[in-house]
Amino acid sequence: MNAIVSASGLRKRYKNTTALDGVDFRIESGRIVGLIGPNGAGKTTALKAILGLTDFEGKLDVLGFDPRTQRDRLMEQVCFIADVAVLPRWIRVSEAVDFVANVHPRFDRAKCEAFLARTKLTPNQRVKQMSKGMIVQLHLALVMAIDARLLVLDEPTLGLDILYRKQFYQSLLEDYFDENKTIIVTTHQVEEIEHILTDLMFIRDGKIVLDADMDSVGERFAEVMVGADKADAARRMKPLDERQVFGKSIFLFDGADRATLEAMGEVRRPSVSDLFVATMKGTYA
Amino acid sequence: MKTFYWQVKREFWENRGGFLWAPIVTGVVFLVLNVMAIVAAEVMSARHGIQIGGNNFRELIEKASDGDLAQVGAALDMTMLSSMGLITIVLGFVVFFYCLGSLYDDRRDRSVLFWKSLPLSNTGTVLSKVASAVVLAPAIAVVVGIAVGLLQLVIFSLVLSFHGINMWELLTLAHPLRAVASLLSSIPVYALWAAPAVGWLMLCSAWARSKPFLWAVAAPVVAGLMVTWFGIMGVFNETAVWFWSNIVARSLLSVFPGSHFALDRHSFRSMSGDLGDAHNPLALLSPAQTYAVLGSPNLWIGVAAAVAMIAAAIWFRRVRDDS
Repeated sequence: MNAIVSASGLRKRYKNTTALDGVDFRIESGRIVGLIGPNGAGKTTALKAILGLTDFEGKLDVLGFDPRTQRDRLMEQVCFIADVAVLPRWIRVSEAVDFVANVHPRFDRAKCEAFLARTKLTPNQRVKQMSKGMIVQLHLALVMAIDARLLVLDEPTLGLDILYRKQFYQSLLEDYFDENKTIIVTTHQVEEIEHILTDLMFIRDGKIVLDADMDSVGERFAEVMVGADKADAARRMKPLDERQVFGKSIFLFDGADRATLEAMGEVRRPSVSDLFVATMKGTYA
Repeated sequence: MKTFYWQVKREFWENRGGFLWAPIVTGVVFLVLNVMAIVAAEVMSARHGIQIGGNNFRELIEKASDGDLAQVGAALDMTMLSSMGLITIVLGFVVFFYCLGSLYDDRRDRSVLFWKSLPLSNTGTVLSKVASAVVLAPAIAVVVGIAVGLLQLVIFSLVLSFHGINMWELLTLAHPLRAVASLLSSIPVYALWAAPAVGWLMLCSAWARSKPFLWAVAAPVVAGLMVTWFGIMGVFNETAVWFWSNIVARSLLSVFPGSHFALDRHSFRSMSGDLGDAHNPLALLSPAQTYAVLGSPNLWIGVAAAVAMIAAAIWFRRVRDDS
């Protein structure tokens, strides 16, 4: 059994909304999972359940621990970055490094200092003097120096400019990720992470509506660009979505026959964002 | 243990302003005011040709009896301790507001998510904050108070030595070591006495979704007013006074060092006898005096209540989820 996280019947209700409605999923080791959903779909609640930050009903196993009761031990193996700027404003770079180095058994100080050397951060700088991008650099340097098995990222690049965003994911891939580590990430900037994901999970209204690895997403879903003459034929095949570009129609199909599609026009692999928009159609209606 | 040490250190980093700089600034301001007063007195006396001390004072000391010398010593001790009095009041405010913010501020700015991403237990976190409030903060205040007090003593002795009085002779009349020992020994008593207020404030801090100050102050005060009202209506007899001094005051004012003299009848019991001892202010602070409160059930009931409230604060620290 190689599951890092396995959930079954995960349920969480807030006063008048259901954040998680009987969710089941498994996350294997060495994967980068994108947990993607509209606002209020239950992404953050799912992550908080995994991190033991909230109570829930159902069964949840993270690295063999129950996050509700064994949180202290679990957090030795799990790191997380919640959306930016949660580092305390008063702390200095040197204090943050000192503190984590002394309370975290799996922290590698030399590694952290090497990451920091690549940034403009100075040891005496306080978080309140930093830009959002710099705060994330510091947080990332702290987290990447921890030899954790699971890294949870909740909107880690919210409010960052594109340079910082690219650098963030690049550092993660080049200097952190390997087959013993697992990353779960939620974000709205889907285009930027779709090439690094190995697995995709769509969540809507507290339910998982798509849970697949990227290879099977490519096999299952296809996008065809069809001229006006064949558009009706394509519509009869019940596409998930249709949009118009330059007088042609682009149809998104789930599990349609490849040969038939290729006969109609140019077949492409849909982007995650198009897939997302098609799947979530009518969420806010 | 190492983790706990670093968590307390973390509290110190975060609250350097209150824990370290507040007593230092208070002490320095106190010294500056004193020096200004001395200079003013000197200038005034020079201008009006009044001789302070001088040969007369010299003779006075030489002719003084033992009892008189003890009085001089007591006056010097008083000088030394007066700065501590001011720092003590500042310490009370620092601890009060530190406790109120300790489990609330990081929830408000969401940095609690960072602390909770580290393998730290909620129990350890809360206890490190309790220790910072009842041990670290008073210990720093005492050390600063002692330093300021000694400086004060030296300044006064220097001034008097300009008037022909032997400074060292004068200093031997004071009891700096006894003062230091008394102040240091009073820290554990303070910790126990302040515990219920610390527990209550931290409980509010961990529990409140907003405005912990309002909850912390309003809840006991409103309860006190209710009890008083029922008292006026004749439902309870004599409970109102008891309630105000044992519940309201204990849950809010106990963070002020020395408040047990005012709030606990036990503490004053043996005082009158002791004070005959040359009216020395140190008698008030002697371990025999401060530790007398350990015999008071008031103290121990407070400690028990504190344990319960801190346990509740730990529980709220775990379950409060407002992000």
